[in-house]
Amino acid sequence: MNKPLLEVEDLRVRFHSKRKTVEAVRGISFSVGRERIGIVGESGSGKSMTGRAILRLIREPGEVQARKILFDGIDLQSLSEKEMRAIRGHRISLVMQDPKFSLNPVMKVGHQIGEAYRVHNRSSKAEAKKRALEMLEAVQIRNPERVYDSYPHEVSGGMGQRIMIAMMLIPEPDLLIADEPTSALDVTVQMRVLQIMDKLVRDRGMGLIFISHDLNLVSSFCDRVIIMYGGRIVETCKADELQQAKHPYTRGLLAAMPHISSPCERLSVLERDPKWQEEASVDAFI
Amino acid sequence: MHSSEIVQQQEAVAALEIQNLDVFFGQGQDRLQAVKGVSFSVPKGGSFGLVGESGSGKSTVLRTVSGLISDWKGVINIKGNAIDHRRDKAFYKTIQMVFQDPYASLHPRHTIDRTLSEPLILHGLKDRDARVDQALVDVGLGTSFRFRYPHQLSGGQRQRVAIARSLMLEPEILLLDEPTSALDVSVQAEILNLLADLRERKNLTYLLVTHNLAVVAHMCDDIAVMNRGEIVEVMSVEEMRNAEPEHPYTRELLMASEGYVPE
Repeated sequence: MNKPLLEVEDLRVRFHSKRKTVEAVRGISFSVGRERIGIVGESGSGKSMTGRAILRLIREPGEVQARKILFDGIDLQSLSEKEMRAIRGHRISLVMQDPKFSLNPVMKVGHQIGEAYRVHNRSSKAEAKKRALEMLEAVQIRNPERVYDSYPHEVSGGMGQRIMIAMMLIPEPDLLIADEPTSALDVTVQMRVLQIMDKLVRDRGMGLIFISHDLNLVSSFCDRVIIMYGGRIVETCKADELQQAKHPYTRGLLAAMPHISSPCERLSVLERDPKWQEEASVDAFI
Repeated sequence: MHSSEIVQQQEAVAALEIQNLDVFFGQGQDRLQAVKGVSFSVPKGGSFGLVGESGSGKSTVLRTVSGLISDWKGVINIKGNAIDHRRDKAFYKTIQMVFQDPYASLHPRHTIDRTLSEPLILHGLKDRDARVDQALVDVGLGTSFRFRYPHQLSGGQRQRVAIARSLMLEPEILLLDEPTSALDVSVQAEILNLLADLRERKNLTYLLVTHNLAVVAHMCDDIAVMNRGEIVEVMSVEEMRNAEPEHPYTRELLMASEGYVPE
């Protein structure tokens, strides 16, 4: 846990258009060990762009710049596109928010999972099928054979998300980037999906970057939390100390949430201070 | 009967009462019953929450009340009068709905002015200028937003417009379908505060559908928990907070809303 798996320094993501340049991520530095790290922030804070930038998934007119993106001793910026493909999926996986848009609609679920395995491991089709079925079982799908032969539209949202996770985990990545993996799910299904990911971090020593807008969830699920605002890191802390957060933005977010146990007449409204945009980004190293 | 007795009796009549509502989708062999024997009532000025997961039928109940779904059986009483499968204009002056996704519920090529004027034109109401301005002020946007298009507004501002539209005909009952689930928490707080203010100022009755227990606990007096098309439990928010809910499904929901629980 002490030796970082991923080190990022001064990461910037810019989008150029004819008239102006928008900076979505503005010089953030952090590292990830074999732990669960949460990145929280509201829409537009740059949290998803951070995840994509690590995997070099930002296309023109977007531009990624960093002093350092080091994954397990490999400088990701210096790799060719072909070398990068060997990293994506195999060493670092990305689970996206909505299974409806991330699974191939005309390919059977099982074949998609098997393909993810075969791309990275030389194996027979039979071997891939065996592994795919095992993986479906690992993500607690009750009837793996039936699901293996289903098309994505034939399964529910929660099932689809578990299939995505199975697909991302079958090459046994060292680092999983999960971008709002449970936001489209019902709370009870969400809980099961989180338990699966939690188990993988513990059993296999995988690193997890958990991107979410849900402070409650992140503080109860992760080890460390990074809070982003306007493309910068405004604060970082241990997850269980999030309630004692100091930055007015984090405090404002916490106060704006309704709580079942502590009723109030009116919710406090976040007053945004333009100063926050200008503050230097906080480093979130281990 | 004495006149004061009549007034008292009227006050006792619920704003919205639903008895044994069954809702169906599809036809023939594919006919599916999405809502089974749902009954509840909301007093005038009250706020009632329907919670449950996707597919539990909570939104279907709302859409049936608003007239968007026509294949239903049972009794829907608005202020003591049973409503028919066909709704008349007067119905829509009493009940309006706010939808979940403000990015989808506003016409992208109509100005805010046109969006807000439309219900007034349909109902032949006068003073359109003044009413549109007033509605924008009421939801905290101000008149400068009147001639903008939806793409020029943020999600929270759009939801304010959607709320303004629902209030144009001065209804008494608002049906709210996950009004904040597409919004960030800080914006959610603003919209929930706005809804609370409007309810108090205009003496509105709310029927709120959501999957977020904390939002219901904040907004409502009573809640009904739905699962697979049926109401499994009805309780006051106080009861939910203090006593353990009885139904295991409610307990599961409540636990999950507190955050992650390791296995």
